[in-house]
Amino acid sequence: MPKRVETLVLHDSSTPVIGDTEHGGAVVVTTLDTLFNQARANALWPLTFGLACCAIEMMSTVAARFDLARFGSEAFRATPRQADVMIIAGRLSKKMAPVLRQIYDQMPDPKWVISMGACASSGGVYNNYAIVQGADQVVPVDIYVPGCPPSPDALMYAVIKLQNKIKHQAMKTNKSMSILELKPRELEEVKA
Amino acid sequence: MSFDVFRDVAKPIVSGFGITARRLKADKVTVQYPEERREQFPRTRWRHVLTRYDSGLERCIGCSLCAGACPAKCIYVEAAENTDEARFSPGERYSHRYEINMLRCIFCGYCQDACPTGAIVLRQDFELANYEREDFIYTKEMLLEPIR
Repeated sequence: MPKRVETLVLHDSSTPVIGDTEHGGAVVVTTLDTLFNQARANALWPLTFGLACCAIEMMSTVAARFDLARFGSEAFRATPRQADVMIIAGRLSKKMAPVLRQIYDQMPDPKWVISMGACASSGGVYNNYAIVQGADQVVPVDIYVPGCPPSPDALMYAVIKLQNKIKHQAMKTNKSMSILELKPRELEEVKA
Repeated sequence: MSFDVFRDVAKPIVSGFGITARRLKADKVTVQYPEERREQFPRTRWRHVLTRYDSGLERCIGCSLCAGACPAKCIYVEAAENTDEARFSPGERYSHRYEINMLRCIFCGYCQDACPTGAIVLRQDFELANYEREDFIYTKEMLLEPIR
């Protein structure tokens, strides 16, 4: 899927961006950003969205052996209105895709998506007419977890990595704070 | 039958906490993941590694049998000829490009079974999650074991 350029934060030193002191943002706002990001990152409530066998590993992640509650993510919610992060666990069929999109739209901002397992991330072995070849064709995915299915510790690693991402986001735009984090290839796309 | 405070309230509470107290002596089951890792099973299959011989030459001969065995069709191999000036593997050919799409891969280990020289093996490094789709095309440089 080609990368959409409008998702990037376009600015230079002459255009101040909220939450970015290096490029002229206010100090108060960046401090608030840190506070909000800590609160958001350490209380990620996942949405119960088990689609296939990956859901078994997702349930195992919150059980006693691995205990996702240590990272504040034990409260799985059955309603999208109370959830922060959607864990797409399993293959996403084309019939399920509009449902997934609707549930994602019902989640309140800020929201994040973990694509768990080979099938949700790319279709995996199911390269056929029935399966969406990657959940990022339907919703914006923040982090991908390879594996078939990923073990509970692999999912926990993804949650920790997602927390790191959230801690570096600007509060208002919900986008990455600095353009310096982008890779050179993307910068070339922006210039072109 | 009348209501008795001791029998109906105090006794169930005490016996209930008794179960909790007895469980306190049991071993703790939680693995404190980022600080400590659980022991992986010996045949756990995770991240692929392209191994070398003790001499430092690559084991991979670019035969594409792994790509043929792969049920997800996530391996791409492009072979090239070895020359005396540039020798990568002991045989005639070596893999010039070797790419695995980690998002497609289902870690079944069929590539490991199919490999005639034991070049590709699946090791126990499971921390593969990443932010961008492009990061999951593992090239030969990422897969190849460093020279010992």
